[in-house]
Amino acid sequence: MSVTASFGGREGRPPLVQLLTPEGERVEHPDFAFDLDDEAIKGFYRDLVLTRRVDFEATALQRQGELGIWASLLGQEAAQIGSGRALSAQDYAFPTYREHGVAWCRGVDPLQLIGLFRGVDQGGWDPRESNFHLYTIVIGAQTLHATGYAMGIQRDGLVGTGDPRRDAATIVYFGDGATSQGDVNESFVFASVYNAPVVFFCQNNQWAISEPIERQSRIPLYQRALGFGFPGVRVDGNDVLACYAVTKAALQRAREGSGPMLVEAFTYRMGAHTTSDDPTRYRLSEELEHWKLKDPIERVKAYLSRNGIVDAGFYAGVEAEADELAARLRAGCLSMPDPDPLSIFDHVYVETTPQLRQQREDFAGYLASFEGAH
Amino acid sequence: MPGRDDAGQGAPVTVTMAKAINMGLRAAMEADPKVLVMGEDVGKLGGVFRVTDGLQKDFGEDRVIDTPLAESGILGTAIGLALRGYRPVCEIQFDGFVFPGYDQIISQLAKMHFRSLGKLRVPVVVRIPFGGGIGAVEHHSESPESLFVHVAGLKVLACSNPVDAYWMIQQAISTDDPVIFFEPKRRYWEKAVLDVAAGPLTPLHAAQVLRSGDDVTLLCWGPMVKTCLQAAEVAAGEDRSLEVIDLRTLSPLDLPVIFQSVRRTGRAVVVHESPLTVGMGAEIAARITEECFYSLESPVLRVTGFDTPYPPSKIEEDYLPDLDRVLDAVDRALAW
Repeated sequence: MSVTASFGGREGRPPLVQLLTPEGERVEHPDFAFDLDDEAIKGFYRDLVLTRRVDFEATALQRQGELGIWASLLGQEAAQIGSGRALSAQDYAFPTYREHGVAWCRGVDPLQLIGLFRGVDQGGWDPRESNFHLYTIVIGAQTLHATGYAMGIQRDGLVGTGDPRRDAATIVYFGDGATSQGDVNESFVFASVYNAPVVFFCQNNQWAISEPIERQSRIPLYQRALGFGFPGVRVDGNDVLACYAVTKAALQRAREGSGPMLVEAFTYRMGAHTTSDDPTRYRLSEELEHWKLKDPIERVKAYLSRNGIVDAGFYAGVEAEADELAARLRAGCLSMPDPDPLSIFDHVYVETTPQLRQQREDFAGYLASFEGAH
Repeated sequence: MPGRDDAGQGAPVTVTMAKAINMGLRAAMEADPKVLVMGEDVGKLGGVFRVTDGLQKDFGEDRVIDTPLAESGILGTAIGLALRGYRPVCEIQFDGFVFPGYDQIISQLAKMHFRSLGKLRVPVVVRIPFGGGIGAVEHHSESPESLFVHVAGLKVLACSNPVDAYWMIQQAISTDDPVIFFEPKRRYWEKAVLDVAAGPLTPLHAAQVLRSGDDVTLLCWGPMVKTCLQAAEVAAGEDRSLEVIDLRTLSPLDLPVIFQSVRRTGRAVVVHESPLTVGMGAEIAARITEECFYSLESPVLRVTGFDTPYPPSKIEEDYLPDLDRVLDAVDRALAW
């Protein structure tokens, strides 16, 4: 595969890699092929539906006061499932706080995402088991971690060995707003000059809370890569097949030692920034209606149905599974215990300090003084 | 063995602090292949202070990494390397340049272990040449230690002499917590006899009484240690017995050593280059007041830089605490 920086824009429009149209038709692209079968697409469909259900349930839980906040991924499911499923076990993913679909692909129990937004912890999963880092809230900071981690993979000699079970890469997720951050630009520089095996996966969902993409860039984001010295490509972020194919190619390239690549997944944040946000203050509903026609799940459903790959029973089965998952999340959320107040003092340091030990002891004594009191 | 030089082992040698840190880095890199050195100009040049001199030649470009000129990038990629199992030692070229990397230190490095419920470790050491007195332009003479001590999750150290520096840098590198390691740049070229075979004299997080005395306790670190020792020498000629404690570890503080001394002397003067307000002296004074109230003969006094930006170098000696200002505070403490 040849990956160039421009992918030959057709008819003067920014080129968009698409393998499944919004109507559910399969199309081919000269540079990126989808190499899986219909069984895999059925699997994607299941992933997409279950991920969206997790999102709906979490939003509902927030509305009912059970979560402090929730960052919805509505509309971005294909970008996350497609890229997430392109990862090999040994690859390491660095998310923002919205990568619930990638978390799903990495085997992180959605209940652990819920825990973070409920406020019982700051990410209860073990990144070493899932190769899925903790959510990073500070915008763009994780791009440098992913680049450094990729530099570590290089130093471990796990780039370009030719063994697909060993060669590894990192992928880092960030949004259109993050591309204005210094850290993202610095990570581009570091990754480029060290030729680090990192895939920069930018979900351009058009909005950074209230600020449109025009407040972040005057050129298509994928074109930024060229200035840093590595390829960039824009993919239809609502096309799970294209997101899979492009990410897989980018990861493969990185693992082989050809360096970083920027993938701009062109998508849309169909919901609010978070449950605390009110998008009616800054964007028109017509825009949302327009993007609803490009829904990432509907097109897969259209493909599966039109081609007679599945029957009604398949959809019913996935729905039933989604219902079951939602019920489990709800029950798990409601029964989640609050952490012990004294856990405030845990894990501040690997080796705690005398002062912190003293503070903990004093606070424990203070708490104990209320025992038995009413 | 490549890179093993005359000072690497065997007989005691006279070394500068810069050389001692260099030797400490070398020893740490030899002991653990996961130790990396990274920063601006640390490779071929050997760092602007030559602290990393020769390391890239002996350990290669993969372990002694000349980085792009971006401090947040250095810190952020160091965190990623640490997550992958490496132990990066980052050099920040000058104190005033750490702030582009401050977010990565404060929001990411310091909190990673905590927010992962102890699952992740990021043993990154950030070396910062700090303090004034070298006639430099602005941003090259600052003392930002309290800005790091205030942050949970970091350990903060300041070396004051070559022997300590040699051991402390190695102890810092083997620490599993992130460490901010302050090096007093105006003392880089001061010499001492280093006996590698003798082993470290002091545990990492321990203060050290460098001079015993009965009348007033001087509490200091980094560049002010020499100043305080000189002050104590002069005071001795005036029949005043000053105890000088090199704190060495600013986070955590070695409070028992401080308390023990102050309970005996009844007077304490904290000396630091950084500004007065909410400086380390404030914290130390509060701790002493809480724990040694009935032993105190005078309030804890502070001799510090002023609450101003660091001044132009022609008047920096007026800004920096010196022997006379320290002794002035001693006089006031004794006259209380």
